[in-house]
Amino acid sequence: MHVRPSIATLAVIVMASVAWSCVAHAEARAGKRGDADAGARIFTQCKGCHEVGQGAQDRIGPHLNGIFGRKVAAHDGFWYSQSMTRAGHDGLIWTAKTLDAYVENPRALISKTRMSYGGMPNPQDRADLLAFLRMFSDDPANIPEAAPTVQGADHDISPDTRALVGDAELGEYLSSACVTCHQIDGSVQGVPSITRWPTEDFVVAMHAYKSGLRLHPVMQMMARRLSDEEIAGLAAYFKDLD
Amino acid sequence: MTLNRRLFLHTATAAALAAPAVLADGHGKPRVLVIGGGPGGATAARYIAKDSKGAVAVTLIEPSRTYFTCFFSNLYLGGFKKMDDLGHSYGTLAAKYGVNVVHDWAVGVDRDIKSVRLASGASLPYDKLILSPGIDFIEGAVEGWSLATQNAMPHAYKGGSQTELLKAQIAAIPEGGRFAMVAPPNPYRCPPGPYERISMVAHVLKATNPTAKIIVADPKSTFSKMGLFQEGWADSYPGMIDWIGQEFGGSNVSVDAEAMTITIDGEETKVDVCNVIPAMKAGHIAEMAGVTDGNWAPINPADMSSKADPDIYVLGDAANQGDMPKSGFAANSQAKVCANAVRGALTGSKVFPAKYTNTCWSLIDTDNGVKVGATYEATQVKIAKVDGFVSSTGESAELRKATYEESEGWYAGIVADTFG
Ligand SMILES: Cc1cc2nc3c(=O)[nH]c(=O)nc-3n(C[C@H](O)[C@H](O)[C@H](O)COP(=O)(O)OP(=O)(O)OC[C@H]3O[C@@H](n4cnc5c(N)ncnc54)[C@H](O)[C@@H]3O)c2cc1C
Ligand code: HEC
Ligand code: HEC
Repeated sequence: MHVRPSIATLAVIVMASVAWSCVAHAEARAGKRGDADAGARIFTQCKGCHEVGQGAQDRIGPHLNGIFGRKVAAHDGFWYSQSMTRAGHDGLIWTAKTLDAYVENPRALISKTRMSYGGMPNPQDRADLLAFLRMFSDDPANIPEAAPTVQGADHDISPDTRALVGDAELGEYLSSACVTCHQIDGSVQGVPSITRWPTEDFVVAMHAYKSGLRLHPVMQMMARRLSDEEIAGLAAYFKDLD
Repeated sequence: MTLNRRLFLHTATAAALAAPAVLADGHGKPRVLVIGGGPGGATAARYIAKDSKGAVAVTLIEPSRTYFTCFFSNLYLGGFKKMDDLGHSYGTLAAKYGVNVVHDWAVGVDRDIKSVRLASGASLPYDKLILSPGIDFIEGAVEGWSLATQNAMPHAYKGGSQTELLKAQIAAIPEGGRFAMVAPPNPYRCPPGPYERISMVAHVLKATNPTAKIIVADPKSTFSKMGLFQEGWADSYPGMIDWIGQEFGGSNVSVDAEAMTITIDGEETKVDVCNVIPAMKAGHIAEMAGVTDGNWAPINPADMSSKADPDIYVLGDAANQGDMPKSGFAANSQAKVCANAVRGALTGSKVFPAKYTNTCWSLIDTDNGVKVGATYEATQVKIAKVDGFVSSTGESAELRKATYEESEGWYAGIVADTFG
């Protein structure tokens, strides 16, 4: 399974011991470290579509060698969704954090992703999975964090926020600031359509801009000034437009 | 302190209006008059008519039958858009939203009897008056230039024929000839506008007349997105653009429209085109209505109402908008806050707190778009910036292309939001 158990791995181990205290600190907040062996078993959930390791090829999804530190949708020759291509143009990079968020709930990071995978709510499972995937990203220069393993954290919004029932009248007022760019009839021209979305997809997308997980500067700015109630209101309003 | 007294009076009136007010005493529906059919006025008219569902009678006064946007007019100069792409009619506002569109000039406002006089001689009464007349130029701002010379030396800073004239003049520049611009002092309509225009002129000349030169005399020492423009000019148009800022005498300028010369800091140059963009002030009707203080009309940040009269609102370029730049995006954003407040005052509908936004895109070269934007809130003193961003130098070509495509989406969006 190990593709290149190389100098890279050794370097990472050395760096890991240097960085140990901060890893331990992070661990206290975010749960346990990932276990690559456990991750190899969890990867069976991805295997139907993705290959990784020596000779891995693109299948339904792109192969995942060298994924850490790579730009989103940067794999030559693979046909990505528009949504994912756009995130790549925005400069989104696959890091422990963005991968963790994508695996947790793919549509939170990339709304119209073609990856039909429901998500992995358990942070420990994700930490294990990423520890496994990281073994196939062998250039330490591309790996932003020092530890050989990563911890899962909750990027997804809390159940309370998710359960908020939006006030569509408030949403209608706030929507006037959106329809300058997002056309109200749902047509797409340089700016994606946001009408008639499932509420949940809308809400998680807005929170991903608000938290900075998604990169687009206009949308980060628009989302940062919205409260949870206001986001719920917008989701309710845009859902029922005809 | 008159201002304090006014402020106090206004607050008192606003409180009185908080209860669903019956302003339409004795004459049926409450009446809103809007002067000026740009992104400020037309958006306000559309939103009030649309959201009140016929409960408010909305009249829009605008002399032109077709509104030619200034936004994207530089792209027309650069050959990326046609003039037809920039023209929009008021037909949908009338047909779909029931706005009464009157094609005429407003020539006076009688605040005591709440009535507006039109050039035709008619008078229209109002309960609430919204002014969004855009800008006029300050006479004598550039020595040697006046409205009488605007055809020899166009400003092209109002939409339509002036822009067409400037484009024709650029096409006629002889080989190796000169294009000059006199840039305006702050504050003025569309801060990046002159520099986007320089980029578009350079784009055209590079293809058709590569030995031609561009000179810009600027009374400012810095300008909007300066680093981005200068990077783009060096990459795309090396050696073509000579920008003369304030430190180098850019503010010491005169022109001679007959001789077609421009004199910068004592040095006279013969030019083939001279685009003079003079200093600006609120559209004249705002001054006539007595709501200006200096060049612009002070407003209450919470709802865009005039500080001089609680039944008048001033939108867009004509207003003193605090931290917001004078842009179509800003005018459209303010119009929606104002529409919500006016409808609330007249019909008792719910009024939500003001949220303002702006984003301005500029095209530097083919598929090379940049942007700057911010959000704003109403404080006691002014419309104050909350948060913002600007494109960075050295961005990838893909991102610049996506930014340009986004601006095209925005154009379609704002036009639909303004004119229906
Ligand atoms: C070259 C250029 C590029 C620009 N690019 C952008 C851009 O990319 N993005 C952006 O957001 N903004 C841009 N702008 C700025 C934008 O055009 C203005 O900020 C915007 O038009 C202001 O809207 P407004 O409603 O205040 O006034 P205007 O759009 O000027 O509308 C005023 C209207 O009032 C009418 N009027 C005036 N006086 C009277 C009267 N007495 N009676 C009746 N009607 C009257 C006029 O006919 C006019 O139609 C650009 C401007 C220029 C010049
Ligand atoms: C049903 C098939 C399927 C499953 C299961 C699946 N994926 Fe994907 N995956 C895809 C497709 C298709 C894409 C391309 C998505 C797009 O273009 O929007 C993708 C894209 C990705 C990418 C982005 C790659 C890049 O080049 O930017 C990552 C990372 C990824 N998947 C990880 C996973 C992981 C980890 C799992 C298991 C937990 C998984 N996927 C399960 C189909 C799948
Ligand atoms: C200045 C233009 C602009 C404004 C105003 C704007 N948006 Fe956006 N929006 C965009 C662009 C551009 C994107 C694509 C961003 C990206 O690449 O991630 C986007 C993306 C989105 C997405 C994700 C779409 C997807 O397919 O991934 C949502 C949801 C969204 N916007 C909602 C809103 C809401 C709600 C508002 C108003 C509060 C708003 N936007 C205001 C330009 C704008």
